[in-house]
Amino acid sequence: MADHASVSSLREPLVTKPRTLAGITDDILGQMQRRPTARWWIAFSLAAALLLLGVGTVTYEILTGIGTWGLNRTVGWAFDITNFVFWVGIGHAGTLISAILFLFRQKWRTSINRSAEAMTLFAVMCAGVFPLIHMGRPWVGFFVFPYPNDRGPLWVNFRSPLLWDVFAISTYFTVSAVFWFVGLVPDLATVRDRLPPGLKRRIFAVLAMGWTGSARIWNRYETLYMLLAGLATPLVLSVHTIVSMDFATSVIPGWHTTIFPPYFVAGAVFSGFAMVLTLMIVARAVMGLDHLITQRHLENMAKIIIVTGGIVGLAYGTEFFIAWFSGSAYERFTFINRATGPFAWAYWIMVSCNVISPQLLWFKKLRTSTVALFVLSLVINVGMWFERFVIIVTSLHRDFLPSSWGTYAPTKIEVFTLLGSFGLFFTLFLLFVRALPVISIGEVKSVLGYARPKLAAPPAEPASSVLEVA
Amino acid sequence: MPFLQASFDDEALLLRATHAVRRAGVEIADAYTPYAVHGLEEAMGLRRSRLTWVCFAAGLTGAACAMLFQVWSSAASWPLNVGGKPFASVPAFIPVTFELTVLSAALASAFFFFFRSRLYPGRPAAPPPQVTDDRFVLVVADSEAARRLLSTAGAVSLTRAEGAL
Repeated sequence: MADHASVSSLREPLVTKPRTLAGITDDILGQMQRRPTARWWIAFSLAAALLLLGVGTVTYEILTGIGTWGLNRTVGWAFDITNFVFWVGIGHAGTLISAILFLFRQKWRTSINRSAEAMTLFAVMCAGVFPLIHMGRPWVGFFVFPYPNDRGPLWVNFRSPLLWDVFAISTYFTVSAVFWFVGLVPDLATVRDRLPPGLKRRIFAVLAMGWTGSARIWNRYETLYMLLAGLATPLVLSVHTIVSMDFATSVIPGWHTTIFPPYFVAGAVFSGFAMVLTLMIVARAVMGLDHLITQRHLENMAKIIIVTGGIVGLAYGTEFFIAWFSGSAYERFTFINRATGPFAWAYWIMVSCNVISPQLLWFKKLRTSTVALFVLSLVINVGMWFERFVIIVTSLHRDFLPSSWGTYAPTKIEVFTLLGSFGLFFTLFLLFVRALPVISIGEVKSVLGYARPKLAAPPAEPASSVLEVA
Repeated sequence: MPFLQASFDDEALLLRATHAVRRAGVEIADAYTPYAVHGLEEAMGLRRSRLTWVCFAAGLTGAACAMLFQVWSSAASWPLNVGGKPFASVPAFIPVTFELTVLSAALASAFFFFFRSRLYPGRPAAPPPQVTDDRFVLVVADSEAARRLLSTAGAVSLTRAEGAL
């Protein structure tokens, strides 16, 4: 990095205020060591209340059965799977930032990767809840794993995309957690060395694995980090590909299309970046970290949203065109029904939120306005939720036989479960910002000199000989 | 063996000092830094980590085990006719094979990293002061030459330590 420090005036510094190394440690850990603010308590109470609502609802639902949902013989998947796909998608931006931007040497990722990865973990937890309760008997949920059992042993059906999902989601969660923890270790040691002796220090000492900052270990650590980034990159693409195959390998018109894997992956990154924006805008305002999570970070994320939003728009168009071009009457009907049928309102919400609203980000004025970005990020989150709702419900409610057509409306239970998942997500995120360093301290320190004129070299005075014998 | 601990407050000074002592033939025990300093591994003459081979081997093992297990359980242990598909439907087994490849490669790499670095939960650690905050420390074998070199290299402190860290 020393060489980068004196680099051209064309690059903007990544840390916008002059800071020393110790200053960075103080900025990031200081707010963690202070008592939580009133704003944090308000946010936490709201999130915890939603979580409690969710826990109560799911308990009631498990005790009573999934007849408490609005599902029927025609629409057998609705809110549950919509929420599952929505949450898995949110997680993808975290891995994109932590792994793919790392491989592309995008140094601006350093101050947002930690919290984006945390977001990934929490989003995947939220996603995991839905298939589990959708089973109806979650206490036998472990049947999805191929373990030697006394029923034969009867193995799971490895040809089923739903089983692929089990492997994809559990691998994704495990690898993301390992990646996150490996990234945390040096920072945990920083926290450990800063805390006064006591219980908290002992906890961090256990978590920090005895990290000393040895250059020999750093050398190996860099290799490990690169390997994990290299593994997480194809993994994240495979996860939403497999989620899309839950639909694409079926014969339902509107689902049975080869465009689904890339379309889902782009949609996942699109919605995930919207969620990262929402979280980061709140976090930097609440924690006073504007000089670390800068306007430039927000603008870069907005640009990724323009690109992925464009891909999503293109996919909507292609789907429609192919439905007409294929000559399949069922396929054509499904798409015309999406745009003009009983769920047309959902379709047009999806198009206006996901295709039209991101176009506003072409204007630099809006892209650099925190308020505009915040509002747009919420709009996109809503739009992407509706995308999954449209794909699932409109394809199912009118399939091949008009005699089996039906309709669907969510029940209170389903709405409360969705709210509960937001409660779980925000509760975990708010606890995370209090308990762990929200920004990767070590990585930010390594880019501190980026695009800054080098500090004058300290005078080469001889150090006061040998000071003491330790 | 007595060691000499030179502490710097800038990575450039540490790099320069490391190059200097290595050229002078002084044995470098280790360096301690708050973040991964690029170029330090060359300055210290460290070899590239062989962790990549662990990753590769674990990935291959994961892939082979996953594919073999799926073929065995679906075609040998309990062949079940699902929609007339072949018992060993290899293309359908690819997604799970891929996931397990990634899973075993990632877990094995992380495990061997901690194992090889002798890091484990709760391991007692006594890093030189402030290296996890803002200091860069170079530890070399104590000698007259090393002392002379390091005292002019801009170190903020120079300490003698008995025994390795």
